[in-house]
Amino acid sequence: MKKSTAIQWVNVGRLSDIPIRGARVVKTARGCIAIFRTSEDHAFALDDRCPHKAGQLSQGIVHGTSVTCPLHNWVISLESGMAQGADHGQVRTHPLKIENGKLLLDVTALTTRSAAA
Amino acid sequence: MKKKLVVIGNGMAPGRALEKLFEIAPDTYEVTIFNAEPRVNYDRIMLSPVLSGEKSFDEIVIHGDGWYVKHNVTLYKGATVTAIDRDAKTITSARGITVPYDKLIIATGSLPIIIPVPGHTLAGVLSYRDLDDVQAMLLASKSRGNAVVIGGGLLGLEAAVGLKEQGMDVTVLHLMPTLMERQLDTTAGLLLQKAIEARGIRVITKANTKAILGEKRVEAVLLEDGTRLQADMVVMAVGIKPNAGIAKTAGIDVARGIKVDAGMRTSDANVFAIGECAEVNGQTYGLVAPLYEMANILAQQLAGDASAQFKPSALATKLKVTGLNLFSAGDFSDGKDREEIVLRDAARGIYKRLVLQDNKLIGAVFYGDTADGAWFFDLIKRGADIASLRETLIFGPNYAGGAPLDPTAAVAALPDEAEICGCNGVCKSTIIGKIGTLGLTTLDDVRAHTKASASCGSCTGLVEQLLKVTLGDSYNPAAVLPMCACTTLGHDDVRRLIVAKSLKTIPEMMQALEWKTSCGCAKCRPALNYYMIATWPGDYVDDGQSRFINERVHANIQKDGTYSVVPRMWGGMTTSKELRAIADVVDKFKIPSVKVTGGQRVDMLGVKKEDLPAVWADLNKAGMISGAAYAKGLRTVKTCVGTDWCRFGTQDSTGLGIKLEKFLWGSWTPAKVKMAVSGCPRNCSEATCKDVGVICVDSGYDIHFAGAAGLDIHGTDVLGHVETEAEAIEAIAALVQLYREQGRYLERIYKWAKRVGHDTVRKAIMDDHERRRALYDRFVISQKFAQIDPWAERVQGKDAHEFGMLADLTKEAAE
Ligand code: SRM
Ligand SMILES: Cc1cc2nc3c(=O)[nH]c(=O)nc-3n(C[C@H](O)[C@H](O)[C@H](O)COP(=O)(O)OP(=O)(O)OC[C@H]3O[C@@H](n4cnc5c(N)ncnc54)[C@H](O)[C@@H]3O)c2cc1C
Ligand code: SF4
Ligand code: FES
Repeated sequence: MKKSTAIQWVNVGRLSDIPIRGARVVKTARGCIAIFRTSEDHAFALDDRCPHKAGQLSQGIVHGTSVTCPLHNWVISLESGMAQGADHGQVRTHPLKIENGKLLLDVTALTTRSAAA
Repeated sequence: MKKKLVVIGNGMAPGRALEKLFEIAPDTYEVTIFNAEPRVNYDRIMLSPVLSGEKSFDEIVIHGDGWYVKHNVTLYKGATVTAIDRDAKTITSARGITVPYDKLIIATGSLPIIIPVPGHTLAGVLSYRDLDDVQAMLLASKSRGNAVVIGGGLLGLEAAVGLKEQGMDVTVLHLMPTLMERQLDTTAGLLLQKAIEARGIRVITKANTKAILGEKRVEAVLLEDGTRLQADMVVMAVGIKPNAGIAKTAGIDVARGIKVDAGMRTSDANVFAIGECAEVNGQTYGLVAPLYEMANILAQQLAGDASAQFKPSALATKLKVTGLNLFSAGDFSDGKDREEIVLRDAARGIYKRLVLQDNKLIGAVFYGDTADGAWFFDLIKRGADIASLRETLIFGPNYAGGAPLDPTAAVAALPDEAEICGCNGVCKSTIIGKIGTLGLTTLDDVRAHTKASASCGSCTGLVEQLLKVTLGDSYNPAAVLPMCACTTLGHDDVRRLIVAKSLKTIPEMMQALEWKTSCGCAKCRPALNYYMIATWPGDYVDDGQSRFINERVHANIQKDGTYSVVPRMWGGMTTSKELRAIADVVDKFKIPSVKVTGGQRVDMLGVKKEDLPAVWADLNKAGMISGAAYAKGLRTVKTCVGTDWCRFGTQDSTGLGIKLEKFLWGSWTPAKVKMAVSGCPRNCSEATCKDVGVICVDSGYDIHFAGAAGLDIHGTDVLGHVETEAEAIEAIAALVQLYREQGRYLERIYKWAKRVGHDTVRKAIMDDHERRRALYDRFVISQKFAQIDPWAERVQGKDAHEFGMLADLTKEAAE
């Protein structure tokens, strides 16, 4: 029984599938989500769309807990999705947790929206 | 009558619990202990000094036989308990002794994990847990043979150092990329590895053991990658698991460990568990501090204080190897809302990192200087508000305010013989000496008297810092523009220091040059990656994650996330076979646009990322390789038709263009390099606005350089005239190499030449033949490692993760 409000953790792969200081993409019916791995093995999930001109953040350079967009070098915080410095904008973030090396993504927002759509 | 208290296991946790119990409630219990080990309670964590020979067993005993007599404790040594009868409230040992209890403590500790690879049961395969293991290791080490330690955590490293002290040849195998990764961050892990290696111990990381080989005894260890290591002894130190077997058999609740509440009580109210075998709140522990805390709680509970509750607090680890100072505590990973403070003092070999959250210190990693560890650990445990200390926090408790970090420290720490000026071969002591004896006070003085920084000038920053170090505050160096916010050093200083200090990896460099962030930023990392490649050809392993996407996937990203693919067309020449292959690829992969570029080749635009390897495979089959249209490296060599066809052609311009491209392709440079060769001064290939251009004339070749026709427009300068093709190629390669060694990242040739002086470049290449030859030779060496087609490598499977998605949830979300 799925309730649309309950958190739905979906296994999207292993942390080790992503290079350190890198990112990979999870495709969903609502667009791509980029999963980032930092040098300290934290992982973050953000929409793969830069708030500037929709650059694929997954293709950027990961440093600390930020990523630099590959198209025009906006720096986006992986934690908050906020553009850093003088730029303004925010990317949607998604809850993600690591359990025994597995990446669990909360897809509630995705299913809820698709149900509403 | 006294109540009967029976203890299973005589390790560190129950030892402490009993001490405390006898102190707060003497004469309450009659105690009986069963211990599988045939000895009294000893300090297990000091086994490493026993192994290395620094201590004897007697010195690490906690409770001698007299202690048991004094407290009226019955200790069964070498007695393993095999059964607990909870209904009868008795326990029974392997030798058949049955003893009744009112209260029972299970403190059976942990069992070492043995990886079940083939050969793990061979004689000579040991674990590292108790004195018996140490004695077995000491015995085997008498052979002075080879030891392989599997596991680069705390235990493995202590075992390795101990065995080395005993005269063995030791190799440590570690599955992860850095040592002690659970306690240390990457930087500290790498520093540790260097220090371990400096002791003559071989460390292999990312090492996956496939099998242990041998007839009766171990003879070798085989790794997954085929490496075979001689071994007379194998020590497995890959982790521990709680020893909860007897509890489980007795029907007590067991998860990973024996489940206890915060009062240390198991699912049976008369049975307690403490130590490594116990699990509180889903958590088990492998360090003494929390186990001693459990011991205290248990003693209070047994003394009748039901309110005593175990509260886990932050943990700290130290590696007990003499001369190696390491400390980590709390949670030092980066994460949500966390900030970090990093201090690197390369001169003293120190790395410190603090992790803060909400004005509280939550984690710390120290390497080199751990003296203040306790102070920081205390701040973590207390959850103290450090807002008022923040500015100076990292300097520790003794910091009394005052000067910030000295940016000249790195230069001051260089050895006297370190070369400061590469062009003129001037070392540090010469410069300092002349400053002193001649009373020099300005940069120009130093240039005049030592020649240092008088040529290309890229060591200016360092010379100025030497002036500062020698003259103190009376000297004010001109401000150097730092590379980025991660450092105070400029590009030239960083490049020079990479050479002077022989820094061969980015983490090592960030440590030595006191980087202010833990892993740099998108500005410095690509630059550093280039400097490393250019400085250490063959040694340095390219770091893909420090490259921009185009260079990482060897294609140009487009605004819609697709890519463009440009194969090389040597000197702008192509064939029907190549064009047919391009046409086929365009059809097969439904590539939307094909364009002839401004660089005399064909661009296929709009290729899907996941199609790239297959597109390349087809192009490779037709003999085409990457045109590097994305690279800070050689792009195109444009040519005109020259003597082959043109009525004005004086030399084979097409041929020379092709030779140049075939010789120079693959090289990484500070920024892109474009060339052209024209067959006569009519200059149809526009050679006089390129980074390097050749104009063929009757008497030979006029070489041009430092043109620009992009953001800036400049005609080229003449480099010189040569008579043969071979000379032209040598001069051009030498020029490119000089640029590779001196150019700042993203600085095109025209900007570099302007900075160092066109004349300086001209003299180096055209007048100083020895220097030209040396530059040429260095270029040739670096090309050996650079001329590998990146497309072919990826068709073979390299970096496959780049081209496939992690997961496809399109179905999932549609449910
Ligand atoms: C494809 C091409 C235009 C064309 O359709 O003809 C082109 C396309 C791009 N140029 Fe160019 N340049 C192309 C010839 C040129 C030329 C002419 C030439 O090479 O003869 C110039 C002027 C010469 C020069 O480089 O100075 C040129 C000056 C630039 C510049 C300005 C560089 C500068 O320092 O002044 C940039 C921006 C940069 O590199 O930072 C640039 C950057 C770009 C980028 C890579 C923009 C980007 O970062 O995505 C474009 C990539 C498109 C793609 O995916 O293929 N392109 N670009 C030409 C490819 C040549 C080739 O075969 O490799
Ligand atoms: C080499 C080494 C170095 C270490 N270094 C550190 C360090 O630097 N810092 C740190 O905090 N920790 C360190 N540790 C870990 C620390 O020693 C342990 O966490 C601690 O000793 C665990 O205490 P314990 O009482 O739970 O178990 P143990 O001390 O392991 O005692 C368990 C005892 O129970 C006995 N036993 C097991 N089953 C039975 C049975 N059925 N019947 C009777 N007896 C049984 C065992 O023989 C053993 O003697 C180190 C450990 C080792 C091996
Ligand atoms: S001129 Fe500008 S728009 Fe055109 S290809 Fe070059 S960079 Fe792109
Ligand atoms: S699209 Fe990301 S910076 Fe422009």
